[in-house]
Amino acid sequence: MRDRTLWTWHIFAGVVILVFLGLHMTIMHLNGTFPTFNNPFGGEAESWRNVTARARSLFFTVTYVVMLGAALYHGLFGLRGILLELNPGAGLRKGINVGLSMIGLALFAFGAWVAVTAPGVMSRVGG
Amino acid sequence: MESHAHPNRLGIRGWVGGGRWGFERYLYTLHRITGLGLLTYFLLHIFVTSARVFGPASWERAMDSVSGPVFKAGEYLVFAAFAFHAVNGIRLGLIELGFAVGRPIEPIYPYATSVGRQRPLALAVMLIAGVLAVWGGYNFFFLD
Repeated sequence: MRDRTLWTWHIFAGVVILVFLGLHMTIMHLNGTFPTFNNPFGGEAESWRNVTARARSLFFTVTYVVMLGAALYHGLFGLRGILLELNPGAGLRKGINVGLSMIGLALFAFGAWVAVTAPGVMSRVGG
Repeated sequence: MESHAHPNRLGIRGWVGGGRWGFERYLYTLHRITGLGLLTYFLLHIFVTSARVFGPASWERAMDSVSGPVFKAGEYLVFAAFAFHAVNGIRLGLIELGFAVGRPIEPIYPYATSVGRQRPLALAVMLIAGVLAVWGGYNFFFLD
C-alpha cells in the first residue's frame, strides 16, 4: 500500500482516538467532575462492578475494539515513521514493516478477545 | 515523513535539537516524545486490563499492582501527554489542510515566512493543553 494511503489512515485513526480516548479519559479520570457519567454504581470508575457493567454494554464493547484498532495502528505507524527516519537498509526496513504489522495484529487479536469476552470467563472455565 | 531521498543525517540529534527553527520545532519534539510515551503506556495497559477475564480477584490484584502515589503521578502524566498530543495533533491536521498558514505571497525582501502566521495557533494549542492539564490535575489529585 502506498505511504500516502497509510498516512491518510494514520490521520483518520487519530480522529477516532481523539473522540473515543477523550470519552475514555473523561469516564476514567475526570469522574470527579462527571461523577455518574457511565459509572452506573458511582465511586471508582475502575471498581469491578463498574468495569463489568461497562463490559456488558454493547456500546462500550464496540468502542473498546474500535479504539484498540485505531490506537494500535496510529501508534505503531507513528513508531514506524520514527524508525524509518534513521534510514535503515532495505532488509531492516522490511523487517520493521513486517514486525510492527505482526505485533499490531497479535495485540489487536488479544485485546479484542478480552473486550468481547465476558468478565471473569477464564476463572469460570478454570483458566 | 522522511524518505531515502532526504535522509535525516543528524539521526536522534535531529529529532531533539530545534536548531534555528522556532517554537513549533520543539512542539514537534514534544509531540514525538508524548507519542512514544503514550504508545508504551498503551501496550502495557492492554496486558494490565486483560486481568478482567480472570475474575474479580485477579482484577483487584492487577489494580493494586498499579496503585499508589507513583502510579497516580504516572497516570496523570499520561493524561497530560494525551491532552497535549491530541490538541497539537489537531493543529498539525489544520496546518496540513492549509489552515492558519496564510496566503502564498511573493518572495520580496524583507522575506516573510508563514511561521509568524502559525504562531497564534501554536500558542492557542499550548493554552488549551495547559487548561486541560490543570483541569485533569485538579480531578486526579483533589477530587479523586
